[in-house]
Amino acid sequence: MKRFVLLLGFLLLALCARAQLTIDITTSGGRQVPIAVMPMAGDTSQPQSVSDVIAADLGRTGLFRIVNTGGVTPLPTEPSQVNFADWTARSAEALVIGKVENVSEGRVEVRFRLFDVQKQGQLASYSYVVAPAQLRATAHRIADVIYERLTGDKGVFSTKITYVVKRGRRYELQVADADGFNAQSVLASNEPIMSPSWSPDGSRLAYVSFDQKKPVVVVQNLAQGTTRVVANFRGNNSAPAWSPDSRILAVALTKDGLTQIYRISANGGDAERLTESSGIDTQPAFSPDGQWIAFTSDRGGSPQVYRMPAAGGPAQRLTFEGSYNVGPRFSPDGKSLAFVQRDGGRYRIASLELATGQVTVLTDGILDDSPSFAPNGKMILYEAQVGGRGQLAAVSGDGRVRQRLTSAAGDVQDPAWGPMPTN
Amino acid sequence: MKKVALYLIVVAVAAACSSKEVREDAPVGDRSTAVPPTTAGGSSSTTRPTQSASLAPGNPLTDPNSALSKRSVYFDFDSNAVKDEFRGLVQAHTRYMTDKRDTNIRIEGNCDERGSREYNLALGQRRAEAVKKVMTVLGVSDGRIETTSYGEEKPAALGHDEASWAQNRRADIKYRGE
Repeated sequence: MKRFVLLLGFLLLALCARAQLTIDITTSGGRQVPIAVMPMAGDTSQPQSVSDVIAADLGRTGLFRIVNTGGVTPLPTEPSQVNFADWTARSAEALVIGKVENVSEGRVEVRFRLFDVQKQGQLASYSYVVAPAQLRATAHRIADVIYERLTGDKGVFSTKITYVVKRGRRYELQVADADGFNAQSVLASNEPIMSPSWSPDGSRLAYVSFDQKKPVVVVQNLAQGTTRVVANFRGNNSAPAWSPDSRILAVALTKDGLTQIYRISANGGDAERLTESSGIDTQPAFSPDGQWIAFTSDRGGSPQVYRMPAAGGPAQRLTFEGSYNVGPRFSPDGKSLAFVQRDGGRYRIASLELATGQVTVLTDGILDDSPSFAPNGKMILYEAQVGGRGQLAAVSGDGRVRQRLTSAAGDVQDPAWGPMPTN
Repeated sequence: MKKVALYLIVVAVAAACSSKEVREDAPVGDRSTAVPPTTAGGSSSTTRPTQSASLAPGNPLTDPNSALSKRSVYFDFDSNAVKDEFRGLVQAHTRYMTDKRDTNIRIEGNCDERGSREYNLALGQRRAEAVKKVMTVLGVSDGRIETTSYGEEKPAALGHDEASWAQNRRADIKYRGE
């Protein structure tokens, strides 16, 4: 086992030691692509190192091994300056070079090139002219290009995540970059906040607020900051899940007794009941094609995952192993579900392949909850309880790569991974 | 196996590190000691006399000598059965509501921290429904009792052991206006 540590703290305001975030990545098995990410010429004169962000993004996936770039001078910025024999000797298979230049008042140009070392060929070359404040976002876009070229899958480094932070009696709903940076509070309350869920178009969050001393469903427009209570029926209102067209919410309501699943307009209004069981039906999730709703029901005596047509109708039980399988979420391709499984008093994230019924336990925590797929389907973000506190964690769809984001500042709950950016 | 650790200092919202926020953080120990040392089978009250409406002298709902000051029904793990030891408490509130026709209550169900947050919200509500059912069977009309749940969000005890969990598996009776 090899372990190395990068200290990037200097990048960012040492103002706030309490907010330190530690990202631990564990990989087992599987091949990692050795990639060299050269420091970009001119990088050090900017407020944000582009190459550091690219290397951190790629390294975090567990799919790449970051090759040492020490001692290479001068920094290559053009193909003619690349010594491929040297990179072959360093066993790099891919190489990233680039430069950052001030081009005009308040604008910088970032140019990068990606090479296949063995073929000595260029795989990608892009240039971006941005404000210095956009350098971090630009680095994520570059990492997205590199990731897609080398793996064939879309990168998710430019996406956002949301989660609830609890400190003492204070709750905050935060939105951050996928790497945990740039966290912003979009809502603060002295009452609990639960179950944030992104509209598929990325413009709104639905969540459960207890500001009215009971759970009601609220939709918040992120750009405008406006909120609207969309479900405040007698009893509980919770578990909002968006339809793929962002127009409908499936919700769990108790207005007619025990918790059942209903659908409402994302703007509020009347609720149409979708389930008719004598037990608890909750945690709905639309399939990406909008045809199905997966949900939790204990109609059979223990809570299990079921699915039904999105307009309601006969439900089919999907999980059979164990006495507690809850909280299903569809993968973006609709072929599998992630859910929470209890096994011997421990709660873990598992996945179910719908075509075969094959269940794979992905995590080894004691109290894991709230699985949420990255929009490329490759990672699942979830809440792990460590040392009595909730923390963010992520696991690859095959369970081989595990990340844990340990924040020193509070109890982090109910994460949800946002959609691909639209621009 | 390979392990990479990146130590990052995140730009957090300003509130994350203001000293004001620190003061607002109630130390875990303080909150724990504020909770009466109740066990699942105990009869201690979790009434919090913080609402002015119920502080009037002689109010049987808050008089510690009155059975009505006891508001919490505790449950076994994974169970919503109202145990015999809490029947008297529920019956006392039923009699009070039968006498005072203008009273309405909300029963708030709670769970321990184990399990999925949203499913626990539904389980808490089922506990509240179980208490409501005892009261409606004894004659309180359905419309006077709303059942809601805080799931695992409002634990009375903050530990991660059975002693704490037992205090958190409960349904609380709250009168309108409290």
